[in-house]
Amino acid sequence: MKQNDMTKPFDVIVIGGGATGAGTARDCARRGIRVLLIERFDISTGATGRNHGLLHSGARYAVTDQESAEECIKENMILRRIASHCVEETDGLFLSLPEDDIQYQAKFVEACLRAGIRAEVIDPKEALRLEPSANPAIIGAVRVPDGAVDPFRLTTSNVIDARNHGAEILTYHEVTELLREQDRIIGVKVLDHKTKEVKNYYANVVVNAGGIWGHNIAKLAGITVNMLPAKGALLIFGHRVNNIVLNRCRKPADADILVPGDTISLIGTTSSKVPFEEIDHMLVTPEEVDLLLREGEKLAPILAQTRILRAYAGVRPLVAADDDPSGRNVSRGIVLLDHAQRDGLQGFVTITGGKLMTYRLMAEWTTDLICKKLNITAECSTATEKLPGSREDREEVRKKIISMPLAPRNSSIARHGDLAEKLSGNTSLENSLVCECEEVSVGEVKYALNELDVNNLVDLRRRTRVGMGTCQGELCACRAAGLMSSMHKYCTRRAKEDLASFLNERWKGMAPIAWGDTLRESEYTNWIYEGVCGLGADLLRHESEKLESGN
Amino acid sequence: MNLQQHNVSDNNFEQCIKCTVCTVYCPVAAVNPDYPGPKQAGPDGERLRLKKFDFYDESLKYCINCKRCEVACPSNVRIGDIIQAARIKFSRKKPTLRDFVLANTDLVGTLSTPLAPIVNTTLGLKPVKTVLDGVMKIDHRRVFPKYAFGTFESWYKKQLSKQLSFSKQVSYFHGCYVNYNYPQLGKDLVRVMNALGVGVRLLDKEKCCGVALISNGFIKQAQKQARVNVDSIRKSVIEKNIPVIATSSTCTFTIRDEYPHLLGIENEDVRNGVELATRYIYRLLSQSEIALKFRKDKKLRVAYHTPCHMEKLGWAYYSIELLKLIPNVELVVLDSQCCGIAGTYGFKKENYQTSQRIGEALFKQIEEAQVDCVVTDCETCKWQIEMSTSKHCEHPISILAQMLDMDS
Repeated sequence: MKQNDMTKPFDVIVIGGGATGAGTARDCARRGIRVLLIERFDISTGATGRNHGLLHSGARYAVTDQESAEECIKENMILRRIASHCVEETDGLFLSLPEDDIQYQAKFVEACLRAGIRAEVIDPKEALRLEPSANPAIIGAVRVPDGAVDPFRLTTSNVIDARNHGAEILTYHEVTELLREQDRIIGVKVLDHKTKEVKNYYANVVVNAGGIWGHNIAKLAGITVNMLPAKGALLIFGHRVNNIVLNRCRKPADADILVPGDTISLIGTTSSKVPFEEIDHMLVTPEEVDLLLREGEKLAPILAQTRILRAYAGVRPLVAADDDPSGRNVSRGIVLLDHAQRDGLQGFVTITGGKLMTYRLMAEWTTDLICKKLNITAECSTATEKLPGSREDREEVRKKIISMPLAPRNSSIARHGDLAEKLSGNTSLENSLVCECEEVSVGEVKYALNELDVNNLVDLRRRTRVGMGTCQGELCACRAAGLMSSMHKYCTRRAKEDLASFLNERWKGMAPIAWGDTLRESEYTNWIYEGVCGLGADLLRHESEKLESGN
Repeated sequence: MNLQQHNVSDNNFEQCIKCTVCTVYCPVAAVNPDYPGPKQAGPDGERLRLKKFDFYDESLKYCINCKRCEVACPSNVRIGDIIQAARIKFSRKKPTLRDFVLANTDLVGTLSTPLAPIVNTTLGLKPVKTVLDGVMKIDHRRVFPKYAFGTFESWYKKQLSKQLSFSKQVSYFHGCYVNYNYPQLGKDLVRVMNALGVGVRLLDKEKCCGVALISNGFIKQAQKQARVNVDSIRKSVIEKNIPVIATSSTCTFTIRDEYPHLLGIENEDVRNGVELATRYIYRLLSQSEIALKFRKDKKLRVAYHTPCHMEKLGWAYYSIELLKLIPNVELVVLDSQCCGIAGTYGFKKENYQTSQRIGEALFKQIEEAQVDCVVTDCETCKWQIEMSTSKHCEHPISILAQMLDMDS
């Protein structure tokens, strides 16, 4: 193993490529700070990529947590403006079922209005007209400015903007050590997972934005941040069941939000504490599936007959207040820890808690603190400057890539916003489809491979939705692996391994809900790859075991 | 726990497992690269259209609604219905005057039959064809079916009392083609049924089945006509206990399946009371003592062509077996493949080339079969085959009628 000291100087190193880390890198870069973002896998692999994709209005928190509610609605309005290509302005309904206390509605509306959230009581009949999938038994409905946000696009866009402003991004680099000089963190030691090289990077400030894994990163500095891993499981339905976000109008509980996102709908979530040893391999249990379906059907009865594509779970980084070691007093609010003040350790900051909705605000607070430490006066511009992809009107973009067939054109604009203009789409080969369910063209895959840091098929899925449709890789995975191989992303042997690994990753999500057509289709997929393509059972099993061990 | 045993999404598109066999069997996708094929246009497209209506692609108009995709599908996805329903729901293209003329077979037929000799001559004239091609976008190479001078219904009026004298009765849904263009087929049917000891009635009110209205986007009118037909069928099947038979495979298919699937017209109570004449006759012959006597002085070598909707109904068997019963008829069964015309589709200038390319393989097989004539249950297949090959084309009922020995 080689060990290299990287001499290039950085002001800040951000650990963690989730929305918060990417947002912090963006904010720093825009303020002229030399920033390096380090992520051990791909961007948005943690909780960022494993949530509802709900653009909270804040209404959910209005009654129980006024502060979070206010943050949500402010950030909601900002994201609509700066990240329009990642956001679907669907609105949301808070439904009261006969079993719910209708008195809660008045309390709810009042709390929303107090937090600055538009909340309009509408007639249940009107609610059903607006959203026909809603339970016809509802006795009350409130309309709020919820929406859907795509976390993969949002994070990617932040990374692109950060890089455009001089930030450096290293994915598949794992921090193994925090370099310490007396009472100061001066850099990080990282393992490059691709080359197995070990390198040192130095900076004045190191930011721990590792989400739940931030617990372990803090440990590297000998610091305890009292985090509580809270697992949240969700189900993805095969198509879009609802076009308006559906919530239950009651105290927040399990499985009471149904979010339409791109081509699908999501029901979630559960909430259960898990030990730290499990956070790298979350499996959805049959009890969680039952709970999600049972509660989900109350919001939209049609879910009982709708095909489920996958189940997955993420881990929320809940933080216990410092003065409460029992961990009972957990907050979902933003936690910014200046370890110089808290622990007497200079040059180290932890940003955690919060939620996807407030990633930008978390980044702003963190960058403000960094600026204070570095004596920089630059102002935050992330609330006003639009993200790459959201800068041009969709109609204008449509006109520029009019040569693409309609469905992949619409889909790629939805995925990349004005960056879709970079898609080459002039030849019939480039217009041909890799992924038929999600309409991902060869041109779009090439764009992702060339410009969006794709190292394997799972990365490609996060950038383009390849393999996210109902076929779950049946038709697209081999095409995509072939393209990656032909564009020299990897050799044929690696392509086969990656293909097997991707298919196993897809199967992991299907296994908890493998019945009916989903099971039938996965059997067919298996037959194609094992029986027709000859992808060896040994390779599939080997990759499957690797997946189980969380490697 | 409810393990979600059933998918009951409208049209069951979720049952698609992307095997793509539908696209392999699609006659249009094979020859027209502008058509995305049934999988993309059907289940895949439906999922996207549920996300947003602007995923509706006008290229769905290239679908000929042959339903061969549905026959091929191992997952019971109603692919053709999904595509047609999407066209009905989303297409923003207004039907043209041309589409109106092609779709309103009833109206145009009523106007044309009294003037049949003039209309037929005029429609055959080169300058008229040029104008139709240029102004109406009806392809000049297309040969029009001739109109009859006097309708089948008017001929039938004179037969009524004789027909009522039979103890066993059927109601005959003759369709526009028999009524306005080719009453001879209707007359052949009456002859054959009478030879079997069955009298033929007409329905109280018969309207065009509406297939051309559906494919040209006149849905309201199609629904109106469907209601009239289902009411009349109900009177016959339920009130009088008289089954309904038809000679046109497409009319039969439309009444049985397209009414509930595309027009939302319920027909569950009478659906099984509507069938094809050949099936009715086959069953009658196999279940009773009745036998038909055939001529010994005439020999025929014929080729049977399976129309797409016949394939979908699964009833080509009955027509084929019936032809095999005729001693002096030598039968060649052609490969089941689309002839390309698909009703009014092939008449449209923009579809002419696609239409002829789809039929190419069939035409070649017909020419090589060395037969006296082609036999099929569909009138538009007949026009296409007669225009595109050197053979004329007959309905199996007409072959039966020709071969019947009426003297003994």
